[in-house]
Amino acid sequence: MKSKKECVAMLLAGGEGKRLQLLTKKLAKPAVYFGGKYRIIDFPLSNCTNSGIDTVGVLTQYQPLILNSYIGIGSAWSLDRKYGGVSVLPPFQAQEGGNWYKGTADAIYQNINFIEQYDPQYVLILSGDHIYKMNYAKMLQYHQEKAADVTISVIEVPWEEASRFGILNTNEDLSIHTFDEKPENPQNNLASMGIYIFNWDLLKTYLSEDAANLRSSHDFGKNVLPKILDDGKRLYAYKFQGYWKDVGTVESLWKANMDLLEDEPQFNLNDMNWRMYSVNPNQPPQYISQKATVNRALINEGCYVDGNVDHSILFFGVHVGEGSSIRDSVIMPNVKIGKNVTINKAIIGENSFIEDGAVIEPEPSQESEITLIGENSHISANSNVAVKS
Amino acid sequence: MKMMGVINLDNEQDFLNELTYFRCGAAVPFGGRYRLIDFGISNMANAGFADIAVFTRKKYRSLMDHLGKGKSWDLDTKYGGLFILPPDWNDPTDISKGDLQHFHNNIDFFHRGKAEYVLISGSQHVCGINYQEVFEHHQSSDADITLIYKKVDMLEPEHKQCQKLSVTEEGRVVEVTNEEYNNNVYMNMYLVSKKLLLQLVEYGIAHGASHLFNDCIASEVDNLNIQAFKYTGVHCVINSVESYYKNNLHLLNPNFYRDLFFNEQTINTKVKNEPPARYLESANVSNSLVGNGCIIEGTVENSILFRGVKVHKNAIVKNSIIMQRCEIGEGAILENVILDKDVTLTEGKRLIGNEQMPFVIPKRRVI
Repeated sequence: MKSKKECVAMLLAGGEGKRLQLLTKKLAKPAVYFGGKYRIIDFPLSNCTNSGIDTVGVLTQYQPLILNSYIGIGSAWSLDRKYGGVSVLPPFQAQEGGNWYKGTADAIYQNINFIEQYDPQYVLILSGDHIYKMNYAKMLQYHQEKAADVTISVIEVPWEEASRFGILNTNEDLSIHTFDEKPENPQNNLASMGIYIFNWDLLKTYLSEDAANLRSSHDFGKNVLPKILDDGKRLYAYKFQGYWKDVGTVESLWKANMDLLEDEPQFNLNDMNWRMYSVNPNQPPQYISQKATVNRALINEGCYVDGNVDHSILFFGVHVGEGSSIRDSVIMPNVKIGKNVTINKAIIGENSFIEDGAVIEPEPSQESEITLIGENSHISANSNVAVKS
Repeated sequence: MKMMGVINLDNEQDFLNELTYFRCGAAVPFGGRYRLIDFGISNMANAGFADIAVFTRKKYRSLMDHLGKGKSWDLDTKYGGLFILPPDWNDPTDISKGDLQHFHNNIDFFHRGKAEYVLISGSQHVCGINYQEVFEHHQSSDADITLIYKKVDMLEPEHKQCQKLSVTEEGRVVEVTNEEYNNNVYMNMYLVSKKLLLQLVEYGIAHGASHLFNDCIASEVDNLNIQAFKYTGVHCVINSVESYYKNNLHLLNPNFYRDLFFNEQTINTKVKNEPPARYLESANVSNSLVGNGCIIEGTVENSILFRGVKVHKNAIVKNSIIMQRCEIGEGAILENVILDKDVTLTEGKRLIGNEQMPFVIPKRRVI
């Protein structure tokens, strides 16, 4: 007899991430590259491993090819377990037909059977959109201490930005009394991080109810959670402290990458007590040539740098030719950059080829804009690219 | 699955002084993230070998840790794959000696493998060789045994200790010698049919031999058709501290680096989970190889930093090889030095070795 799992994690990874434009053309948002080596999904998966959660369902829908092969059997995160481990859960057909996942709650509802296999007491709902380190075991402990039905992880945001978030209004003991989705006049500055722990029996009931409701949009934030709150259940906010970034737009993705380049970055990838795992490509060590200069940079294996790199991130296998200058930019894997190229404030998609003398930088009038070059692009010699993102 | 492989470390000396106090030569770190044995295993795995054995006799803890089940080379298969074979002699009738003990006591490895040919190599010749080409050459020349050699342009001190081949114009080996001035450096790799190999092993044991290659193969050039395969790719020999130092730094030559790492022979190694290397504002790095997980605030010139090395502010590292997780304190100066793993150099310390004779600091020292 297999022992049951106390807590099963369900990771919502089916989102398209439209605001990432070209970057998610052929890629689900959780598979977008981050930090010189990682994909966004590495962070929640590593958090699960580090928190001792060894059973994770990953719900995929939009452009899952790369995401599926990246996750594989989960060995990169030590999630290749005999019992439990990682399972990729795409929408499926059954005898009575089948459906796409119609919303976050529906995606979980359609996979009730998956969760039931493990007979868990708790279900942890995660999303694949954020960069953060979090010990879910502590959140679970809090959930148990509060004898809560639902615990929602929250982060304090600056008051002036509170109207951009889903705000939770809490009592003194952090029990939640109302939700305010993007309030004009926020009464609180605790924003939901989209991380929930539910008592599984309770969630199961509400998911079935929600599925039967034809008017529901089957979303946790819009439908399921308000209903549970209305019914007077015990909902608690769990205050998270630390670095947490939504990387849903080109601007925020770029900014979060640049955050890693500070002398003492808030999000420390070198923390040996909370390692971030990822699929490691096998590449030779990076070579920095005699003529190269490299400052304030993150550079991965397989890079060959003959030019100048300042305040930038190079993923694996990037070549930078002599006399080229890369500044304030993120260069994704296997990009080949010729000689005397200038790249300023840009994100260059993987496998692109930038020929000698090309210039990629924002127009002076649009200095705050980030130039985004899609994957497999070919920028010809001496051309001047100032595409607005 | 024509060939199976043996990496025979039995006859290799611990030539690297401080670097081989606690590990065998094959497990010595090389080139910023590899260990010497990675080249041999990768070349065999690239040629589709389904069974690879490593004959090891001593100091194999770090070797076993590094190789594991062979996952990094896709050798963690259900059947066959990688076998690390330390001494385990339990045949009471066993009278074998030297490396023949390994062949005798691990005869099951050869019987179980489906391949009919065996490629046997050591670990000191770093190269990216295509063993399929060797196999074709072996077939077309109708050889009993094919020895692999490199014709070097210039004889370096490290070639002195290598055996050399006298080869006829047709490519037949007429002598395996120790002569100094012969450019045909034997790479300590040969291909032989399994059937003949087992016959040679039996013959060697019956005749009290203790070195399979020297006593049963090199001595039989007149009786066997021994052919030579001339390897023409990148190559270096690591058999002394001097050659280790020189050939590591030789990787800073972009042509050598490219030829070794960006040709069709992919060299794999155990992956670590390190983040990308981090260069700070004050970093000043030139002509160097840097592994992931490094954090660099100081100056690094003509050097090789393995994974997870920290170089603090105003520290200067020149012409040096710094292994995994070393820490170079603020203002410390290193020149012509090899630091083994986990060495800490405290603030302001100076260590200056000689260009020909680098200073070697063993593992885990704090200076």
